[in-house]
Amino acid sequence: MTAAPAQSLEWKLPSARKVAVISLILTESSLFTIFLVAYLFYMGKSLNGPYPSEVLAFPLLATIALLSSSVTIVFSEMALHRGNKAAFHVWWAITIGLGTYFLWFTGMEWKHLIFTENLTLATNVFGTTFYALVGLHASHVIIGLLLLTLVFVLSLLGKVAGDHREHIEMISWYWHFVDAIWIVVVTVVYLISTRY
Amino acid sequence: MTPQTADDNFEIPPPEAIGHERGSLTRIVQELVFTVDHKKLGLMYIASGLLFFVVAGLMASLIRIQLAVPRNNFLEPDVFNRLFTMHGTAMVFFVGMPMLFGFANYLIPLMVGARDMAFPRLNAFGFWVFFFSGLLLFFSYLGAPGLYAAGSAPDVGWFAYSPLTAKAFSRGHSTDYWTLSILLGGIGSIATSINIIVTALCLRCKGMILGRMPLFVWIYLVVAFLIIIAIPPLSACQIMLILDRYFGAHFFDTQAGGSAVLWQHFFWIFGHPEVYILMLPGFAIASEVIPVFSRKPIFGYPVMVAASVLIAFISLGVWAHHMFAVGMTSIGNTFFAISTLLVAVPTGIKIFNWIGTMYGGKLRFELPMLFCLAFLFQFLIAGLTGVMLGVAPFDWQLTDSYFVVAHFHYVLIGGLLFTIFSGIYYWYPKALGKMPNFKLGLLHFLLFMAGFHITFFPQHISGFLGMPRRIYTYDAGRGWDLWNLISSLGVILQAAGILFFVINLIYSYVKGGKAGDDPWDAWTLEWAASSPPPDYNFETLPEVRSRRPLWDLKHPDDPDWKYE
Ligand code: HEM
Ligand SMILES: [Cu+2]
Repeated sequence: MTAAPAQSLEWKLPSARKVAVISLILTESSLFTIFLVAYLFYMGKSLNGPYPSEVLAFPLLATIALLSSSVTIVFSEMALHRGNKAAFHVWWAITIGLGTYFLWFTGMEWKHLIFTENLTLATNVFGTTFYALVGLHASHVIIGLLLLTLVFVLSLLGKVAGDHREHIEMISWYWHFVDAIWIVVVTVVYLISTRY
Repeated sequence: MTPQTADDNFEIPPPEAIGHERGSLTRIVQELVFTVDHKKLGLMYIASGLLFFVVAGLMASLIRIQLAVPRNNFLEPDVFNRLFTMHGTAMVFFVGMPMLFGFANYLIPLMVGARDMAFPRLNAFGFWVFFFSGLLLFFSYLGAPGLYAAGSAPDVGWFAYSPLTAKAFSRGHSTDYWTLSILLGGIGSIATSINIIVTALCLRCKGMILGRMPLFVWIYLVVAFLIIIAIPPLSACQIMLILDRYFGAHFFDTQAGGSAVLWQHFFWIFGHPEVYILMLPGFAIASEVIPVFSRKPIFGYPVMVAASVLIAFISLGVWAHHMFAVGMTSIGNTFFAISTLLVAVPTGIKIFNWIGTMYGGKLRFELPMLFCLAFLFQFLIAGLTGVMLGVAPFDWQLTDSYFVVAHFHYVLIGGLLFTIFSGIYYWYPKALGKMPNFKLGLLHFLLFMAGFHITFFPQHISGFLGMPRRIYTYDAGRGWDLWNLISSLGVILQAAGILFFVINLIYSYVKGGKAGDDPWDAWTLEWAASSPPPDYNFETLPEVRSRRPLWDLKHPDDPDWKYE
């Protein structure tokens, strides 16, 4: 540069909240990767049954529920942008409902696997890696649901104001991340590994 | 940035009551516990790192006493196992990590011209989680015997290979203390790293575009990214181990079709990046110290940034060089050998750039510079032995021998610890407002450097002669006796060096001359604040136009921004 660099009047920096949440998502992805690799590594290595092909059924409804909750949360955000509090609440509640259904489904699936199919964490390496991976995901769904419920309650109490838009956007990013991870998990666990 | 607003009900105390309880012990403790100030937390990190350093150093001294002569009966074998495990774990997780976070905490906000880290409370959380995870590890000496009085401190080595850690082979709770403490420490490290990333990216003062950010901050940005990617595999390892030990899972249970090698892969996917997580902060310190004491701007700033990014990137793909002896496919061996050798390229570039910075400079041999010069030579040796070990057939011969021990101590002491000392002497005047004593520092430098080489150089030779690591004793007449004796004697000099270091820290605080704001005539923003800086760091947030804002300030006729 020859001339003195013109100091731009505006000094813009990325939003701290966004950078933090992106970093969090990065570190969580790294964690999930290891559990996914462990699952893939032990695919077909169980010494005794039950095997994935015998006991796993594709969780179609739950998957649809979780994935569509990513859409409803966007509708909810859009309603908030328009300033339509009522629509925001409705879509937000639907999101929570869909997430809760997913969790309930996982609970029922586990109940079936444990009590009917006799598959536990200690049965074989399939059980070990299955419960670890799906459980890790489910724990993230639980955290997401807690955050969603917190926002819902605070908003009903009238504590959510205009400057919380970014907070809510961040929660929705996290929720999208949980959904995206589910796409990978469901592909690996219920589509690929059921060949064994 | 959210302002730190005071409580609405806060009442201003009457003037005579202000500062009333200051200095009382309860008040000091309260301040340490409640503080969210990045400078206090930074110093607390460094102080607790030094504390664990002395403890882990004493453990190493016991190890060296036991190994000084053949067939020594100074330590029982199981005590020996605990000592090397605790020494390694503590040095990596509770000395190296807090030291690096300490420097980051203290300096990054000052260097980017901010008033604190992005999330001050998260910062305090990170510190306390780290601190208690360290205490948890050492508490194992008391707590681990448990109901069955089996075991004491962890004794499975710092990488805790499975299936040795399985419930069947590791009775009692010693391994549980190890795994929980590592899991907890990882959470703190990730929290603090996210804080570093956000601070560096989102809190820079006006005009500090990324291309003007001090190299120190750049390198820490890279380190923080490396941490948030590399620590989760370690945490995953610990979660799996806990599931195995307490819920009957079979991650590492070979009898149920599990694999013992899986742990090794997962651990070293973390482990190798970790060694660069520890070493890059050393590079960060050297990149600040060497230019200032050569009176020249850093040579090849963009190349230094690129090399750091490259090192971080490559280091994610070399882990299996720790596992050559496991027996991989020849493709695996070749891949990991080549990628390992590749790391040496950006590392070499850095060494050349530091030398290029000194070339033609007006060198000032102050304490920080002395340590950095020693670092350059020692790190070179360490890199060379690393490259040797990266060649798979060579490694088959020397893996798990004292040669490996010599290699990584040359990196971690000769490289990292020397730059940490350099950094402590360099920023001591800033943090405490007093100049470190040169004579005491010189004694520290000479004694410690001599002791370090006397201890660790002979280990290359005993390694070549076939001495395995982690043996608690050996027979006479294998050619190892002399080297081990020399090695143990070196510890005396090292200990003396550390003694002078500690004396210097205290003596200079009490008796040292006033430092002033900018004793080294340096160029980065931390030297624009007073020494020690006030709680809010800068009265008005600075504005920069080049990489060396203080140079511009001192030389208005010849500012850097004309040329950058
Ligand atoms: C030029 C760069 C480097 C290369 C090529 C290299 C290569 C290697 C290799 C191949 C090993 C495995 C030896 C074996 O177990 O058989 C090793 C071990 C080790 N290296 Fe390096 N290294 C380099 C730099 C570093 C750095 C920067 C650090 C730390 C700051 C480091 C710390 C270690 C540690 C701690 C071990 C031993 C781990 C253990 O077995 O306990 N190395 N290195
Ligand atoms: Cu390595």
